[in-house]
Amino acid sequence: MVMVTYIEPNGSEQQIDVTEGWSLMQAAMSNGVEGIEAECGGSCACATCHCYVDEAWADRIPAAAENELAMLENVVAERRPTSRLSCQIKATADLDGLIVRMPDAQS
Amino acid sequence: MNAPQAAADSAGTMIIVGAGQSGLQVAESLRSEGHTGRIVMIGNEPCAPYHRPPLSKAYLAGEASEAQLTIRAPEALAKKQIELVSGVEVLAIDRVQRVVSLSDGRSLSYAGLALATGSRARPLPLPGADALGGIFALRTLDDTRRIASALADARRVVVIGGGFIGLEFAAVAAKQGRQVTVLEAAERLMARVVAPPVSDFYAQLHRDHGVGIELGAQVVELVGDAGKVRAVRTADGREFAADILVVGIGILPNAELADAAGLPCERGIIVDACSRTADPHIVASGDCTARRLSDGSLLRLESVQNAVEQGKSAAAALMGKDRPFTAAPWFWSDQYDVKLQMVGLSAGYDTVVTRGDACTRQFSVCYFRAGTLIAIDSINQPQDHMAGRKLLERGVGPTPAQAADTAFKLASLLD
Repeated sequence: MVMVTYIEPNGSEQQIDVTEGWSLMQAAMSNGVEGIEAECGGSCACATCHCYVDEAWADRIPAAAENELAMLENVVAERRPTSRLSCQIKATADLDGLIVRMPDAQS
Repeated sequence: MNAPQAAADSAGTMIIVGAGQSGLQVAESLRSEGHTGRIVMIGNEPCAPYHRPPLSKAYLAGEASEAQLTIRAPEALAKKQIELVSGVEVLAIDRVQRVVSLSDGRSLSYAGLALATGSRARPLPLPGADALGGIFALRTLDDTRRIASALADARRVVVIGGGFIGLEFAAVAAKQGRQVTVLEAAERLMARVVAPPVSDFYAQLHRDHGVGIELGAQVVELVGDAGKVRAVRTADGREFAADILVVGIGILPNAELADAAGLPCERGIIVDACSRTADPHIVASGDCTARRLSDGSLLRLESVQNAVEQGKSAAAALMGKDRPFTAAPWFWSDQYDVKLQMVGLSAGYDTVVTRGDACTRQFSVCYFRAGTLIAIDSINQPQDHMAGRKLLERGVGPTPAQAADTAFKLASLLD
């Protein structure tokens, strides 16, 4: 079980049991989390699944690849050190308890 | 178009025909715009809305399951009180009574109607195309399931059409060890949307992966054997053996329902920038539409961005608000480990500048008209693509000389 807490732009929380191997984006979309668009469906092509990883977790998830970092350069909301594209983070057992925040805007 | 605005009816029933990316966007945007009445979304596929782009990429390659394609699970729709009717066709619209009739025998009244009927694969205009087995289009989840199953037993694969769908499929089939040949009628790949340097790069990329790329190859005959396709013949008399044939020669907008209801249609359901049709109670969005531009021409876009943005406009219009879709169009394609991202419309360019070296598999092609940047195609260069989106939105851009200089950062023009 990989329980992930998504904090929506208005502050409300959704706890979702994300299937291992699914991306954080896929679980958020399927469950209707607010504040995520994911227009390209997980191809790292659109930068509309931007999220902020909780600071306590920033060093515990696999680092972003070069193309993800490049896409993050031009996200619509503020880019922070904890910015990630949620389609590029796959749920694994050691991410149980992860908290991510959705930004105010995606496009 | 000067259609009178419908009086916003926040408690009436909104009906959406089509449960794809655009239909779903209309439904959810109606809720976020404050619609409190019923929202009924009617789709002819037997499932919840799903991401279509991964079908020819991750899904076909076995990297994503069907469940992972789902955009919204039925429970998430129910939570927003969006009623999903699956596996049902809308047969007719009575615009006077404001009623739609469904294939399950029901009739539903609407205060507002959104047409997000999508598109379908253009059929191959050759005898036998609809009778022989082993011939596939790649448009729906069901199409892709059938292709994946047939591909498992196939050795020789022929693809008709060197556009995005055909090439993405060819890349997956080649990676699975199949002998793949792409037959393209034009003299270069993706000729309708990219410049020669990009076409040439992709022809080489596919050849490097063992895919036969045949340009100027006009298919004139399907050769069958025991009810199944066995080969195709081209105008120059060559024959290409095929265990399966995948056809990717474009799409046709599903505009028949609108046309039969008397709505103006030409290469799609004609809408304005706010997704309004000629009927004040009916909007349309996504692949099924042709947007009337300010110069009077019609623009048909086949993309997720268009489906989403027109969907937002359509919902706003049903609520009596103007939310024009004016952003620069963008598209992408994944083939092998190469990502092509396009922004802007390059048609009508007079100057092409290649930025970087194609040999490095990281470069962009910038298109100019009368000295103004109008589009960028980026190959494994997401920075250029993302900068390009903002540049085109703001109406600023590099000079051709700046574009050619890889040391010049396009994003620096945004500071």
